[in-house]
Amino acid sequence: MSKISVSELSQIQQKVEQEQALRQGQTGAGAHRMHLLICGGTGCQAAGSIAVYEALKAEIDKQGLSGEVAVVETGCNGFCALGPVMVTYPEGIFYVNLEEKDIPELVESHCKNGEPVERLFYKDPSTKKFIPHMKEIPFFALQELIALKNRSLLDAESIDEYIGRDGYKAMAKALKEMSPEDIVAEVKKSGLRGRGGAGFPTGLKWEFCQKSPGEDKFVLCNADEGDPGAFMDRSILEADPHSVVEGMVIAAKAIGANQGYVYCRAEYPLAVNRLQLAIDQAKDYGLVGENIMDTGFSFELNIYQGAGAFVCGEETALMRSIEGKRGMPRPRPPFPAVAGLWNRPTILNNVETWANIPQIIGKGGDWYASIGTEDSKGTKVFALTGHVNNIGLVEVPMGTPLRTIVYDIGGGIPKKHRKFKAVQLGGPSGGCIPQDKIDTPCEYAAIVEAGAIMGSGGMIVMDDSTCMVDMARFFMDFVQEESCGKCTPCREGTRRMLQILEKICAGEGEAGDIETLEELSATIQEASLCGLGQTGPNPVLSTLRYFRDEYEAHVFDKKCPARSCVALLEFKVDLDACKMCGLCFKNCPVDAISWKKKEPASIDLDKCIKCKTCIENCKFDAIY
Amino acid sequence: MAQTAIDIDIDEIIERYPGKPEYLIFLMQDIQAAFNYISPEALTLVCDHTGVAESQAYAVATFYNSFSLEPKGENLVQVCLGTACHLKGSGLIAENLMRSIGLDEPGTTEDLKYTVETVNCLGACALAPVAVVNEAYQPKVSSPKLMKTVKKLGDA
Ligand SMILES: Cc1cc2nc3c(=O)[nH]c(=O)nc-3n(C[C@H](O)[C@H](O)[C@H](O)COP(=O)(O)O)c2cc1C
Ligand code: FES
Repeated sequence: MSKISVSELSQIQQKVEQEQALRQGQTGAGAHRMHLLICGGTGCQAAGSIAVYEALKAEIDKQGLSGEVAVVETGCNGFCALGPVMVTYPEGIFYVNLEEKDIPELVESHCKNGEPVERLFYKDPSTKKFIPHMKEIPFFALQELIALKNRSLLDAESIDEYIGRDGYKAMAKALKEMSPEDIVAEVKKSGLRGRGGAGFPTGLKWEFCQKSPGEDKFVLCNADEGDPGAFMDRSILEADPHSVVEGMVIAAKAIGANQGYVYCRAEYPLAVNRLQLAIDQAKDYGLVGENIMDTGFSFELNIYQGAGAFVCGEETALMRSIEGKRGMPRPRPPFPAVAGLWNRPTILNNVETWANIPQIIGKGGDWYASIGTEDSKGTKVFALTGHVNNIGLVEVPMGTPLRTIVYDIGGGIPKKHRKFKAVQLGGPSGGCIPQDKIDTPCEYAAIVEAGAIMGSGGMIVMDDSTCMVDMARFFMDFVQEESCGKCTPCREGTRRMLQILEKICAGEGEAGDIETLEELSATIQEASLCGLGQTGPNPVLSTLRYFRDEYEAHVFDKKCPARSCVALLEFKVDLDACKMCGLCFKNCPVDAISWKKKEPASIDLDKCIKCKTCIENCKFDAIY
Repeated sequence: MAQTAIDIDIDEIIERYPGKPEYLIFLMQDIQAAFNYISPEALTLVCDHTGVAESQAYAVATFYNSFSLEPKGENLVQVCLGTACHLKGSGLIAENLMRSIGLDEPGTTEDLKYTVETVNCLGACALAPVAVVNEAYQPKVSSPKLMKTVKKLGDA
C-alpha cells in the first residue's frame, strides 16, 4: 500500500460505501447479496463467538454461498448479555446466543432459503414475544449513536470499511481547510466536555495548549479505563479504533503537536491489538506519520501499555508512567497544557472524547450542541451492568432520565422477587442514586445534585439484595488498595475508613463509627493531592446520605437488612416465611439443607459453608 | 501460557529497546510476558542497559500490579473482583477457590502448580462473575464450575 491523496480517499469511500449500502438496508449495490456481521468484542468472544465465526465461514463455503454472502467480524455490538450476537443485512435481523451447532440450520434456512430462524431471535423478557429486527428491540431503539456510530456496522480491522463510513474525511478537512484556531473554535462551539470523568470542556483545554509556547507538544489518549465495572473505552477501541486515531490527528493539528501516545490498559489485549493494527494501516495510507496527505503536517502515534495501577489514569500520573517512572500524581499547576509529558505542553483526552471529535469537525459544533441539554451537550456512553436484564453498552442523549436507561433500555431487574434499590455512577469516585431519584436526567449538574457524578460511564444497577454498607466497603477497599501512597491523607485516611467499614460489616461496629467515617471523609476530601483521594470518600458519603438506616442496623442491631454480610447472617430458616418450595435444598452445593415436600427446610450449621447460595435462591426471603 | 519461553533469550529482549531510562517499563513488560516474572538477574541486566539505578527499578517493579518478582505457577487463574462481578458474588468464589488449592490469599501454590490473582474488571461485565484461566475467559462462573476447571488443569 502507498500513501493516498484526498481524491483517492474519496474514491475508496465511494467504492466501500456501495458495498456497505446493504448494511443500510439497501439492496443490490455491492458484490454480495447478504452480509452477516458477527460480534467479536471481548464479551462475545468470551461467550464463544470465535468458534461461531469459524463455523459460519466454513458452512457458507460448504453450501457454496461464499460468492454471495459475506461474513464480517465486528467490534462490540453493545448487547453483551446475549452474546454471541449477529446482525444480518439487508434485513437487519438480530440473532442472539448463537452456538456452533446452530450454524448449519442458520445458513441453510436464512442465507439459502430466505427463511429466518425464529428460535434464535431476541425474545422480549416482559412480553415473551420474539422481535426479529434489531432496530425494533427497545435496547437499541432508544439509543442515539455518535461515539458508537459505527458499532456492529464494520470490520474493526479494516481501514477501508472505516473510510467507507466517512472515515478520515473530517481529518482531511481539518488538515487542508481549517486553521488551528478554526478547529478549536468548532470544538468549543460543540460544548463537548471530557468523558473521562472530570467533565472539563474539551475546546478550552485545547485552546490553553494551543496558546502554550513550545515546539514539542504532545497529544495523549487516556485508555486506562480504571473504573471497575466500566467497559465503554474498551468497546470503542475494539469496534472503531480509527475514530480515536482520527480525533487525535485533528487535535494534533489544532495545538501543533507532532507526537502522541495512547495509554492503554494491558488488561485489554484485544483493544491493544486492534488499535495497533489501525495505527499501522493509517501509517500505510499516509494518514498518520510524515507529511500527512501532502499537507506538510506530521504526526507520530504510538501505544503505551499501562502496567496495572488505577492511579495512572490520573493525568499527571499517566504522563510520569509514560516517562518510565512510578505513576504518581504531582500537584497542579503547572497544568499539562503548559508542562505535561517531559515537561512539554500536552493535552490528554479520554477515548470516548476522541471518538466524538471527527463528527464534530465533520458535521460542525452546532450540530453536536443541538443534541442533549442546556447544561450537557451531545451523548454519553454508559456501561450498563449489575442487576439489570440487558447488560451492555448504551449511548443516549444527555438528559435522558435514569429510569429510561434502567427500565426501557435495560429491561429492568431480572429477578422477579427483587426490587430496584439504587444505581451507582462514577465507580470509586462516584455515588449512588436511589429509587426515589430515578427520574434524574443524565446531565452533569443534575447527577451531582442527586449525590453522584457522571463519571466515565460505569452504571451499575443494584437490586434489594445489595448491602449498601458492603458496597461502600468494596469501593473503599479499591481506593485504599490503589492509593499510590504519596500523600498521607489518602494513604492513611482510606486505610482507617476501610478498617471501620470492615468492622461494621463483620458485626463489630460501635457507636461513633459512623461519625468517625464522616469526619475522616471530610479530611481526606480536603487534603488529598489528587482526584483519587479527593473523591475516594464519595461512595461512603452517598450511601450514608440515602441509606444511613442500613449502617445503623449493622452497628446497633447487628443486622444486615439486605441479608448480604455473611457475618451478620445466622443461616436459619424463618418457618413463617418458608413456602416449602425446596429451592434452597436443590441448590445447596454441600448438601447442608434437609427438606421434604410440604415441610419447611432446615440447615445443618455444621455442614454449612456460608456460601449464601440458599439466600440468593430463596424467593421469599425466608433464610436469615 | 506459562513457561513457554524457556528458549527466549533475555539478551534478545534487552536489545529490543535503546539504552535509555524511559524504556524501563517496556523492557520489564516484555520480560514479564516472556518469563512470567522478573528475576533479580533480569532486573540487573535491565538496569545496566537503561542506566536506571536498581533501587529505582525495584520501586517501579513493585508499584505496578502487572510485574511479579517471583516465579508464577504453571496455571494462572484470575478472578475478577470488579464492581459487576463483586455484586454477583465473585469475592466468595475467589475465597472458595483459594481454600480448595491451599492458598490463604492470592499468590502461588508451593508446588508452583497454580497462581491465583484477583483483578479489577476485565471489561467483560456482561458475563459476571468472570474468571480467566490461562487466558481463556470463563463466563458466569460459579464456585463448583471454577474449581472443577482448575482441578482438571492440575491433574493434566
Ligand atoms: C484516580 C484517577 C483515575 C482516573 N482514571 C481515568 C481513566 O481511567 N480514564 C480516563 O479517561 N480518565 C481518568 N481520569 C481522569 C483524567 O485525569 C483526565 O481528567 C481525563 O483523562 C481527561 O480527559 P477528558 O477531558 O477527555 O475526560 C482519572 C482521574 C483520577 C483522579
Ligand atoms: S467487573 Fe468483572 S468484568 Fe467488569
